[in-house]
Amino acid sequence: MSGGLKGLRMKLAERRIGGVLILGLAILALIVLFSLVGPLFVDAHNAHVGAMTPRRPPSFDHWLGSDSQGRDMLTLLVYGTPNTLKMGLIAGIIGVGLGLVFGLVGGSLGGAIDTVIRVVADALLTVPAIAILVIIAGNLDRMSTNIMALVVASLSWMFTTRTIRAQVLSVRERAYIEVARANGESEWEILFREIMPNLMPFAVASFVGTVGSAILAVISLEALGLGALEETTLGNTIYWSQQSAAILRGYWWWWGPPIVVIALIFLGLFLTSVGFDRFANPRLANRA
Amino acid sequence: MSRELATYVLRRFAQLLLIVFIAVSVNFLIPRLLPGDPVETAIARLQAGGGQQSVDVQAVAKVYREKYGLDQPLGAQYLNYWRDLFHLELGVSFANFPEKVSTKLANALPWSVGLLSLATLIAFSAGSLLGALLAWPGAGHAIRAIVPALMVLASIPFYLLAIIIIYVFAVVLKVLPPAGGFDTTRIARLDLGTVLDVVKHAVLPLCAIVLGNVGFWALGMRSQMVSVLGEDYITFAEAKGLGPWRIFFRYGMRNAMLSQVTALALAMGAVLSGAVLVEVVFNYPGLGTLLYVAIRGQDYFVIQGVVLLLIVTLAILLFIIDLLYPLLDPRIRR
Amino acid sequence: MSEGEANGAGAPILVVEDLRVAYDTLAGPAMAVDGVSFSLKAGERLGLIGESGSGKTTMAMALLRLIRAPGRIVKGRVLLDGRDILTMSVGELREARLRDIALVPQGAMSSLNPVMLLEEQIADGILAHAPRTPRAELARRIEALLRGVGLDPSVARKYPHQLSGGMKQRAVMAIATSMRPRVIVADEPTSALDVVVQRQVMQTLGRLQGGLGAAVVLIGHDMGLIAQFADVVGVMYAGKLVELAPVEEIIAAPRHPYTRLLIDSLPSIAAKKRLIGIPGLPPRLVDLPPGCSFAARCPYAFARCRTETPSLQSTGGNRSAACHLYPEAQALPPLGAASGEARP
Repeated sequence: MSGGLKGLRMKLAERRIGGVLILGLAILALIVLFSLVGPLFVDAHNAHVGAMTPRRPPSFDHWLGSDSQGRDMLTLLVYGTPNTLKMGLIAGIIGVGLGLVFGLVGGSLGGAIDTVIRVVADALLTVPAIAILVIIAGNLDRMSTNIMALVVASLSWMFTTRTIRAQVLSVRERAYIEVARANGESEWEILFREIMPNLMPFAVASFVGTVGSAILAVISLEALGLGALEETTLGNTIYWSQQSAAILRGYWWWWGPPIVVIALIFLGLFLTSVGFDRFANPRLANRA
Repeated sequence: MSRELATYVLRRFAQLLLIVFIAVSVNFLIPRLLPGDPVETAIARLQAGGGQQSVDVQAVAKVYREKYGLDQPLGAQYLNYWRDLFHLELGVSFANFPEKVSTKLANALPWSVGLLSLATLIAFSAGSLLGALLAWPGAGHAIRAIVPALMVLASIPFYLLAIIIIYVFAVVLKVLPPAGGFDTTRIARLDLGTVLDVVKHAVLPLCAIVLGNVGFWALGMRSQMVSVLGEDYITFAEAKGLGPWRIFFRYGMRNAMLSQVTALALAMGAVLSGAVLVEVVFNYPGLGTLLYVAIRGQDYFVIQGVVLLLIVTLAILLFIIDLLYPLLDPRIRR
Repeated sequence: MSEGEANGAGAPILVVEDLRVAYDTLAGPAMAVDGVSFSLKAGERLGLIGESGSGKTTMAMALLRLIRAPGRIVKGRVLLDGRDILTMSVGELREARLRDIALVPQGAMSSLNPVMLLEEQIADGILAHAPRTPRAELARRIEALLRGVGLDPSVARKYPHQLSGGMKQRAVMAIATSMRPRVIVADEPTSALDVVVQRQVMQTLGRLQGGLGAAVVLIGHDMGLIAQFADVVGVMYAGKLVELAPVEEIIAAPRHPYTRLLIDSLPSIAAKKRLIGIPGLPPRLVDLPPGCSFAARCPYAFARCRTETPSLQSTGGNRSAACHLYPEAQALPPLGAASGEARP
């Protein structure tokens, strides 16, 4: 692909790196910044039960108020965000990793292995993930954010596998692969030098999508009370607010801020994926 | 129906059966693969939780052990499992012993089906139309401003959207009821009052699902439409002097719908999951709430029953969508 | 010479005046059509020939006002029977399309709606202009149209993917002639077809046109094909019309160097000779050098060619060419005796 910095400048000039992509990445960067820098500004003890007067609305000392057990909301948010992000990232990386492997193996080797991979992936795709996740999560004795990430990761690979497999199959048929073979490249060389670079944009796009759906799955599980209840995460915070009927009692500062952060995370991921599509596929770049 | 079409239908039906088979087996296997004796764990949890009601724990345990046939080899258990399934024998509810799981499912199902199908119908149709209009060059700039708003809407998981909606409409504005499927103090009769009551309670959950989904459908349709509008047959249609609405619907939307329907199929799983969660937020008496209550009460068989039903429902929905496909795309009918 | 000249000599049916179409690119506007003018009488056949990028398809689209962003019509008039297509109201434009001026598009393969029956697509056009046509009449017309292009009427109830390439091309021609237009614009109607089918399609086009007495603007890059069909040939290069002349005269004695090289590059079946091409590449339309756009590749180029853009001027009779050699020269000097300018 185009070399480094010079390629980057060219792409900027062609408006392939559009406002959408930059906005999406900016939002995500903001959130990551918040998670990294936040702990410097708040005291971790405030996230414990009884740290302050319960059910206080936002005020000058406590910007986001407190929940019904006296935990400072801002602190919860600061510590909850990175945990949620972490789960999404772990699940995303594992999911895409598995997806890449299965997709490559299925697409390049073909035959029985490919059929098995394809059938399993399709079958799992048509199952409502939450159903399986509920069963698994409901049967585990201990739950932690890492375990949650793994559980979610186990059902996050299918879409990537489908995409990568389809790409491998299509690239394999292209003329330049024939040329490479005619030039004496071995199958391995072809795989690494010709096919893989073409998969990069798809891998990145799948990664963004997988992280998004992983975070969604994690939050959904936490909403049902199947999360790692001792740990501070965004989903758990919303769950606890549900348990205390915070909606009906009007404690909007409890469930509101986590929702805002979650919405921002998804918005950032969504914009990044749309913007990245335009980056990877220049034909889309000049459209409205 | 041509032979090719019949083959297609049969193949899809076989796929449906295969998927159900795999899903049911997974449903069977997972709890048995995880460590611990499920019955003992369940009883232990029950006792630790101080018990639910004055239930004769031993009697329940005995029923379960017989049911499970836990001393029997895995293969025999598997066969028993299938046999029970065919008799629609899904076990009994732990928490509401001896109410059968199948009864509970039958009670909850209509609520969920009604809500979900109506919501999806509205969201898909309105979303697709909106998306197509957004792609249409003649549609004016005021409409284009909606796109960012749609993006934001599409980003919020609808479970969370539901929370916001409840807050705004039920707590702040107090216009609509915040929870439930119907007024529990009413005596349910088949009359206008009851119907209106049900409708009133369904409005917010419906809105939550529709708003949560519409953005996704609209944006998807928009990008499909943009592709379709670049095709030669649109240019030729214009060259024929056809009116803009004819071109929009018959030449544009009609072709873009094909990919939309595929997207619907792929997204069905997510739509179903989201709807389940929305029900939980609203305490709506459908499968979602049933699942939630069962999880809290560790009512194991109910959980399994709901999950199974969800899987089967999804598989059937996908099958129906697959059947729809040849109707839409004549190229597939061959 | 030309078949079916309904009104004979008289007012031209299509007059194009100084048409300019630009494409807005990141590097500035590219003039795809740069000041083209010509006129056509009823029943006359004009063949526009040019390489890829010469602006011929843009021309075709502009005649029906089908140019879409990032292209735009900058200037000019397209007078169809006296009415300017470029300034008509949208309603009038829709009526004029298909009824008065029809397009036979390039790539009939993709010009038919894949999810509509053929008869519906034909009916669409007719009903858009004559909405109260009764069903029986509609069916009758569709059948007649299909027979007219040599297709079996049963094709009407088929979908496009069930037809072969040649059949699709003819179906598209049937649609284009369904309202008996006065002008037919055929944009490379045979590009994707094999030679045998090409001939059939061109014959069908000729027959249809003759029956209607319509004028035809045939656009292509195959000199042989165009020469066999057209009465008048226009040569396009880099968006400009560089030569315009009746077909026999242009083949026998081309006036513009580009035309000459084009004809010379045609392989001959009669005599075996070396294949000659035209050295160099067509210029980028965004960054046109000053002077004649062909100067860089022209064996006759001299100093004036690189500074001053030649305009289309008469070279005797009803011929014209845009070249600085005229009006001094009577004809092109033989190649090899060129003015010593080096070829790039």
